[in-house]
Amino acid sequence: MSTTLTETPSVSIETEMQQTPPKLDPKLVIFAWSGELDKIWPTLILATTSAAMGQETTVFFTFWGLFPLVKNEVRITGDNWMQKMLSMMNRGGIDHLKLSKMNFVGAGPAMMHSLAKSHKVASPAELLALAKEMGVKLIPCQMTMEMMGLKREDLIDGLEEPAGATTALLAAQGASTLFI
Amino acid sequence: METVTITRRLDVKGFNCPIPIVKTAIQMKQMASGETIEVLATDPGSVPDFNAWIKTTGNALIEQTQDGGTYRFVLKKR
Repeated sequence: MSTTLTETPSVSIETEMQQTPPKLDPKLVIFAWSGELDKIWPTLILATTSAAMGQETTVFFTFWGLFPLVKNEVRITGDNWMQKMLSMMNRGGIDHLKLSKMNFVGAGPAMMHSLAKSHKVASPAELLALAKEMGVKLIPCQMTMEMMGLKREDLIDGLEEPAGATTALLAAQGASTLFI
Repeated sequence: METVTITRRLDVKGFNCPIPIVKTAIQMKQMASGETIEVLATDPGSVPDFNAWIKTTGNALIEQTQDGGTYRFVLKKR
């Protein structure tokens, strides 16, 4: 008797969990602040997966996070020597990202890419293309672009119009947010 | 018993997270409601991931089998 009593509710809860449809339209907004390989990678994995789950997904690229959006072939950006120096020291482009640790003057990222390739893990460049294909909104931060001397033509195609914090925070209303 | 007619196939063997889910989602977008897709994957993480994915998308996982290191999923679009 007692067995039936304890079992019955757990079964019904289980059934209810499986049958209850999602209550709200989940959204995800990621603030991509870091431009490093080991931060941009999970950012793009989460963004593409979120879109695959049917969530409205936005990535707001700000500060160092803008540099991965620079075209791979663009080398020196900016108008004044400070901005030019910045782009020299911190090369943009999704294929030129550095690791936050164990960078070893580029040997670290090269090994990481090699490991990813042999384990068939999609590269940040592939994930970025997938994110665009899946309709992830990629918003570059207007203010950082101004300050760092990055022009729209320095950045890759397929991005939303550059915007500010208000746009990002509006998208974040009622959304899960991550700051990476 | 209802026989399952598979209308699409997707081979993501060898690929790791998040590619099996992401590629499946892209395929599913082009499918009509009620259509089914067979997905072959080798990523062990795809087992919990597909089971989590159907909860958020409302699509149904109607078959899940394993043959050695290959996982076979049959999914039906909501």
